Amino acid sequence: MSANLFNYLLKLGDDRVVMGQRMAEWCGVGPILEEDVALTNLCLDFIGQGVSLLGKAGEIEGLGRNEDSLAFFRDDMEYKNTLLVEQPNGDFAQTIAKLFFFSTFDIIFLNELTKSKDEYLTAFAIKSLKEAKYHFRHSSNWFLRLGDGTEESNTRLQNAIDNLWLFTDELFDMDEADLELVNLGIAVDLNIVKAQWLEKMNEFFTLSKVKPTNPDCFMIKGGRKGIHTEHLGKMLAEMQILPRTYPDAQW
Amino acid sequence: MVKIDKETAFSILENVKDPEIPLLSIIDMGILRDFYYDNNKAIAVITPTYSGCPAMTMISDMVKDELVKAGLENVEVISQISPAWTTEWMSEKAKSNLKASGIAPPIKMQMTELFNIKFNDDKIECPFCNSNNTKKTSEFGSTACKSLHYCNECSQPFDYFKCI
Repeated sequence: MSANLFNYLLKLGDDRVVMGQRMAEWCGVGPILEEDVALTNLCLDFIGQGVSLLGKAGEIEGLGRNEDSLAFFRDDMEYKNTLLVEQPNGDFAQTIAKLFFFSTFDIIFLNELTKSKDEYLTAFAIKSLKEAKYHFRHSSNWFLRLGDGTEESNTRLQNAIDNLWLFTDELFDMDEADLELVNLGIAVDLNIVKAQWLEKMNEFFTLSKVKPTNPDCFMIKGGRKGIHTEHLGKMLAEMQILPRTYPDAQW
Repeated sequence: MVKIDKETAFSILENVKDPEIPLLSIIDMGILRDFYYDNNKAIAVITPTYSGCPAMTMISDMVKDELVKAGLENVEVISQISPAWTTEWMSEKAKSNLKASGIAPPIKMQMTELFNIKFNDDKIECPFCNSNNTKKTSEFGSTACKSLHYCNECSQPFDYFKCI
């Protein structure tokens, strides 16, 4: 049971750490100043949520690892995030499409998680749901504006969706350990989340005048099992180099 | 060994200011939640405003310093996320302090809808001229808790402390 919960917390935590770290690459190079500030504000939330989850995971594991050791001293094959969040930022449209996919998922997921029988997960969900709501507001506003904007912005958003769509189904993957936690009322049944997520997507595809060219395409998965695209390793190398070179480094 | 009650601890910790908004103490902000003893250890409980608030470590250190200065020896600061912080915990004094320094204080509002694509606090009262003829420039500002606005009456840009 505690091993299952540890793994569950890692999956949730890794999604957020990778999401935050990846999006933070926009820091200083955002298309406009306000957007630079907005994206890094959101990164901060994701990193903060990740810190909370990985900290709890370390506590449950009981081997003396904390959020920092879990973030900085695991290799890519030990990371359990979905492939979607590690994909490169691409252009602004791709960053927005990813954020839109993820934050829509997050609202539905966290709303379900508030009913968890695990006291910590409930507290985490209530806190993070407040943040997910404005992550969604920001990304959906841009999603509408880019899709229903100029020919150029529409084309870019359309390409972004086609680049990312094949990674989305992994968000709803559950293994046996997850299902045990679902049966105990601790984890979220992702089938419920998927149905609502697809409904929301279709609503916005209509409004935004974009949609996946091939919605039933083959879905690529592997991140939850530690099998990642080449992009994660490179990102982690940059993220981890300082604490690995100087393990005792302090601010 | 010095031992103090909760009330005294809170009055001592009034000295700890939010590093990002130094005119407000952590009590005005509702960041300091509790103070108690566990055996002989003094425990101060703080809560983050936003999950990624970068000031938490600093606040935790400052709380510890302040209590040690007051003569306490065995001190621990713990951070908890439940109940989740809300702008409703901000004191009235804090809100008027904010306004006096040019930051529009959070207005009360309910955010019950899950999917809301509209920023609800569009017409924020300008902290300088009290006009409601203002517009939002950006939902994100210098810190996670503030958004940027512009007053059409007095042509002043200003920060608004967002409601969460």
